[in-house]
Amino acid sequence: MSRDPVERPPLPSVWQSPRVRALAFQGLALALLLGFGAFIVGNTVANLSKQGIASGFGFMGTTAGFGISMSLIEYAEEHSYFRVFIVGLLNTLLVSAIGIVLATLLGFVLGIMRLSPNWLVAKVAAVYVEVVRNLPLLLQIFFWYFGILRQLPGPRQSVALFDSVFLNNRGLFTPEPVPEPGFAAIPGALLVAVVVSLGLARWARRRRDRTGQPFHTVYVALGLLIGLPMLAAAAAGFPLRWEYPALEGFNFVGGMELIPELVALVVALSTYTAAFIGEIVRAGILGVNRGQIEAAQAVGLRRGPMLRLVVLPQALRIIIPPLTSQYLNLTKNSSLAAAIAYPDLVLVFAGTVLMQTGQAVEIICITMAVYLTLSLTISLFMNWYNRGIALVER
Amino acid sequence: MRVVRMLGILVALGSLTLVSGAGAGTLDDVKKRGFIQCGVSQGNPGFSNPDARGNWTGLDVDLCRAVAAAVLGDANKVKYTPLSAKERFTALQSGEIDVLSRTTTWTLVRDTALGLNFAGVNYYDGQGFLVPKKLNVKSAKQLNGASVCVAIGTTTELNLADYFRANNMNYKPVVFEKADEVLAAYDTGRCDVYTTDRSSVAAQRTKLKDPEAHVVLPEIISKEPLGPVVRHGDDQWFDVVKWTLYAMLEAEEYGVNSENVDKLKAGAKDPVVRRLLGLEGDMGKSLGVGNEWAYHIVKQVGNYGESYERHVGPKTPLKLARGANALWKDGGLQYAMPIR
Repeated sequence: MSRDPVERPPLPSVWQSPRVRALAFQGLALALLLGFGAFIVGNTVANLSKQGIASGFGFMGTTAGFGISMSLIEYAEEHSYFRVFIVGLLNTLLVSAIGIVLATLLGFVLGIMRLSPNWLVAKVAAVYVEVVRNLPLLLQIFFWYFGILRQLPGPRQSVALFDSVFLNNRGLFTPEPVPEPGFAAIPGALLVAVVVSLGLARWARRRRDRTGQPFHTVYVALGLLIGLPMLAAAAAGFPLRWEYPALEGFNFVGGMELIPELVALVVALSTYTAAFIGEIVRAGILGVNRGQIEAAQAVGLRRGPMLRLVVLPQALRIIIPPLTSQYLNLTKNSSLAAAIAYPDLVLVFAGTVLMQTGQAVEIICITMAVYLTLSLTISLFMNWYNRGIALVER
Repeated sequence: MRVVRMLGILVALGSLTLVSGAGAGTLDDVKKRGFIQCGVSQGNPGFSNPDARGNWTGLDVDLCRAVAAAVLGDANKVKYTPLSAKERFTALQSGEIDVLSRTTTWTLVRDTALGLNFAGVNYYDGQGFLVPKKLNVKSAKQLNGASVCVAIGTTTELNLADYFRANNMNYKPVVFEKADEVLAAYDTGRCDVYTTDRSSVAAQRTKLKDPEAHVVLPEIISKEPLGPVVRHGDDQWFDVVKWTLYAMLEAEEYGVNSENVDKLKAGAKDPVVRRLLGLEGDMGKSLGVGNEWAYHIVKQVGNYGESYERHVGPKTPLKLARGANALWKDGGLQYAMPIR
């Protein structure tokens, strides 16, 4: 009888392997997702062209034809919409950067104030936080903008300081430094001073760890940072000219101009976000082990150095993650600039350009992508910083 | 079993994708809905402005009411959506409103790249400037270096840039989204000049703290033909709105107004009037509305002249003379196509 002497079990079907099944389902899900995405995009493009609405990104090369009140780079009406996009983006970045710095400073002060043993100081901080946190940001922006504007005089009646700084309801006008040839030596000297200071700090810290001798790093670094550029300036013959603002006709011409919209927006954003950051800082400080504070007091540290050397470094680990959220909030809230005529990305790009070209879908997608990138960059940096100061567990 | 269930869900989801927007004409939608969704401004006296009780009145509002009278027989079957200059086109493109009657300038880019159709011009206008009297400015050419308050995304913004560039002058734009914000900034002195269409300048001037302290400069720096707007790809609705405007103009040209329209409907001799009021011919039916469409328009809203006098004429606070908006017979530009 022909019978196989060795009973072979039937080969298992390829689907019985869990790995194969998992891969197959992942592939199917991915294909469905891509198909859905393609359908959405294709449907949008088809409907837009059916209605005769222009689509595509070619509009970025079209001439803009309108003016912008504040621009960090060269801008005129003949430039393209792409240039408008860059101008708006830079203005948003400016507001966000200044706002983040000011909000952090004010927030830390507020948080520490609220924990002060001085009853009045603590209560002032508490009242500030409660009031500012609970009012809508848009109202606060309007308050600062119209509050500032109503008090300031017109250009002809400006408040003048030393006849070179002028304040009126069109903005703050200060003299502008105009670099002459040979100016590059000064930032170069500054860079050298920064590098030398950093190296000096490292050397001083190593020497102190080895021998215990202290070193006045801060004073020496300060001297270098101021002295070296001044030496370079003197050597180059002071290649700096100041351009003074002068009233011509309706407004001031020349000098640097700080428009009231920017000031109102920065002040409103900073004070609003600082209230939240103050609470986060307070939470961080309260989260540090009580034993640390008692040990610091036992060693003889006063309140200031105790905060700086013992409490804050440990509190920072608690503070950083929610602080990141507040930074992202501030960046996104800067889009409220559209309510007070500050030419940020939303006002000039997702406002005027969207209006003039009618291509709402493309423009809103670009604007959302920009804010997404900005937020992701900030949170990436903060997470890297957080990892850097994390407790190294044994 | 699990596979079959999953396949069933997939098929159900897939069938959803087949149901695309049916693209029924706006006219049918309006008739089914029972009212017209009309896009207007957020408060432009004379053109579209809510009164203290929330009723909208104005020249642009009258156009929407006329369309409602023509299509639905009742001029009050209109719902108004106040829109800023920024939202107006997206609201129309997306289908949120049926017709945009909001002092919108007819330009090539809007007619083509935005997917819109302009159903005529109900007001021929131009851009003008408003300055405080105390600045002692007599002409727009003296405005070098001025701060100018303007609304975002309008032809005003572009014309302003063009005018100052052409005359080698500088300016500082202060750009807001809402007309009220622009005016408030001008009133507090943030800018020296307020600019928009001449008719709106007159209208907004009435809202200032002290209207007499401001003067309109003589220059008109652009052509601004203002008219109602509808979407591309909807020819029947486009015709309805277009011919509504022409009916109002034709009625004024042939002396049909809201007072004598009933008498004329009973026994008119003039064939043009007979055709207009539906006593002869099938004009309404060709448009897709009832044959009494023009009768309802004139009876409930009035002809173009009546609407003009009521809202923006010399007896109103705006005090705008007919000028370019007079009938072609009287030397103006308003010309109705023959209704036959």
